[in-house]
Amino acid sequence: MLRLEKRRQPSRAFAWATPVLAVVATMIFGGLLFAALGKDPLVAIRTIFWDPLFGQHAFYYRPQLLVKGGPLILIAIGLSLGFRAGIWNIGAEGQYILGAICGAGVGLAFYPMEGWFIFPLMVIAGALGGLVWAMIPGLLKVKFGTNEILVSLMLVYVAEQLLASVSLGLLKNPQGFGFPGSRNLQQYDSAHNAELIAGTGMHWGVAAAFIAVIFAYILLTRHQLGYHIRLTGEAPRAARFAGVSPTRLVLFCLGISGACAGLAGMFEVSGPAGQVTIDFNTGYGFTAIIVAFLGRLHPVGILLAGLLMALTYIGGEIAQSGLGLPAAAIQMFQGMLLFFLLAVDVLTGYRLRLGGATKEGEAA
Amino acid sequence: MKLTKRALMTGAAMALGLAATGPALAQDKTKVGFVYVGPVGDGGWTYEHDKGRQAVEEHFGDKVETVFVESVPEGPDSERVMTQMALDGADLIFTTSFGYMDPTINVAKKFPDVKFEHATGYKTADNVSVYSARFYEGRAVQGTIAGHMTESNVIGYIGSYPIPEVIRGINSAYIHAKKVNPDVQFKIVWAFTWFDPAKEADAAKVLIEQGADVILQHTDSTAPQAAAQEAGNVITFGQASDMAEYGPKPRVSSIIDNWAPYYIARTQAVMDGTWTSTNTWDGIGPGMVGIGEISDAVPAEVKAEALALKDALASGEYHAFTGPLKKQDGSDWLAEGETADDGTLAGMNFYVEGIEGDIPQ
Repeated sequence: MLRLEKRRQPSRAFAWATPVLAVVATMIFGGLLFAALGKDPLVAIRTIFWDPLFGQHAFYYRPQLLVKGGPLILIAIGLSLGFRAGIWNIGAEGQYILGAICGAGVGLAFYPMEGWFIFPLMVIAGALGGLVWAMIPGLLKVKFGTNEILVSLMLVYVAEQLLASVSLGLLKNPQGFGFPGSRNLQQYDSAHNAELIAGTGMHWGVAAAFIAVIFAYILLTRHQLGYHIRLTGEAPRAARFAGVSPTRLVLFCLGISGACAGLAGMFEVSGPAGQVTIDFNTGYGFTAIIVAFLGRLHPVGILLAGLLMALTYIGGEIAQSGLGLPAAAIQMFQGMLLFFLLAVDVLTGYRLRLGGATKEGEAA
Repeated sequence: MKLTKRALMTGAAMALGLAATGPALAQDKTKVGFVYVGPVGDGGWTYEHDKGRQAVEEHFGDKVETVFVESVPEGPDSERVMTQMALDGADLIFTTSFGYMDPTINVAKKFPDVKFEHATGYKTADNVSVYSARFYEGRAVQGTIAGHMTESNVIGYIGSYPIPEVIRGINSAYIHAKKVNPDVQFKIVWAFTWFDPAKEADAAKVLIEQGADVILQHTDSTAPQAAAQEAGNVITFGQASDMAEYGPKPRVSSIIDNWAPYYIARTQAVMDGTWTSTNTWDGIGPGMVGIGEISDAVPAEVKAEALALKDALASGEYHAFTGPLKKQDGSDWLAEGETADDGTLAGMNFYVEGIEGDIPQ
């Protein structure tokens, strides 16, 4: 009989191995799903994981990995700091929207003037937009003890209404024949977040994501604040004795995650998306939660997880048009990834035992 | 290192060029791609586009290969999907949502030899056509039936987004409902989605609670039909697709988008090498807009009147926007006998006189 036995110490080896195991399990069960749909599972898995990286048109898809992964990584890094300290910002999607609205709004306010200072101002506005939006659940939590999960999540829907409102009113393109949506920032040089080197997919948002990874790494390993974050997550009582101010920590974690999400939105709207539209947000803020956990809340892990997630999106699209797989099957495949990660995660804290109960097992 | 990098980039650029020119020479099958905003099973908008795709396959058989990607978000994701189709050798790509407009133009620039067709937009290029249907003609027929059928004189309308296409539909339905029933009143709810069964059902329930006994929808799912069925004594109209499974009541008729003839004609044009950039806006006459079977729940004389209106719209002897008409603010729009020009209709951003409420800004 199989039994679970609690480990004295969480297994370090399994902490690193579980994401790999989860990916392998996803491939196996995803393959079964594809086979059940009448497709060759090996071809489907190859199309999703191999073709974007090494297939015939990889020169186009590799840069796209950065474009798709950049915002996911940037948002997930911000979220991971709070998650480590047990502060749950679920509303990154809303902060992403606010960052885009504020960033684009500042840019459009200067239209059609050209100037080097416009883009930096947009970056600041984007970060502030996200930060302020995240401060609402933050301040409500520290002042009135509200639940930041609920408040930040509900504010996503408020942000979506705000997005619809500015797309139809305040930021609507006056030359858009009455259709909703702002001017296209790709056609406004001073506000355009163009590729830094053409054809690489590398825009300022991707650069910001890489910088965020490095900063988060240093913060968590070298800085006292990072220590406080980890301590609060692992032993909240000990943290209080060590003089960590919960109020400051809540505001810092929500603020930084909001600013990161806001930046991601701003870089997206001024670059790949180009326009503020009613449907501008496509779920990066929510997917980033998955990315953060898939990456074990570790900066380097998140970097890899973000790229992996981007790979499944891009490979999934190729599989749809190339193999005729339905979109729902691809979404299920992505869902499996998170499911298996959480399922396999149990091995970090527990060990599998075969046969009858040992004394140690009974004690546990 | 630098050299290798440059060599790689050149290689990439060459591959891009090859991919762009290759397909016409390399294969005899014409490859047609479709980008969908919803799932093919939405029972409405995307479902009908996919029926058009299937019709292309049926019509041309082995001479054509079609591919599609469903539920593609508007924005950079759609740009990638289109690029991917073009790279994979598509000769013709239909992008079937308004929000794909700028992405379509962007991708079309990179692939001058691939033809693009964008639904419901207004930006064209040498290799980009736009096409749409005069759904408002169908709304005129709906409005006539709705005006006769309502007993509470309250007609509910589920709007998707306040864009000209949707506003045209509201105006057209209102004008024709009012014509047959001067006491009629419209209640409009904006769902801000094209497809979200839960939101659409909520919108329908709210309207029914406010006394509406007719629900018109400009969203794509069948959820409002189900909500009306549950409430009883409420009638609805199928949107984009026939939604006949909800007939004979609540669904009493429908507007059907029939893209098949257009898709077949455009594919043929690519095969013949006669494709040119065009701007198509067809209505009931050419068959792009169909009126679904009017069920027995509608009295015979109302049905006859609706069908007569449909025929007049089809032949062109009657225009759905014929004066005298005033705007909501009371200012004159069309004089007696005057008809609306396509430019005004294309950018319509006002209600006609009598509709209450504001267009969300």
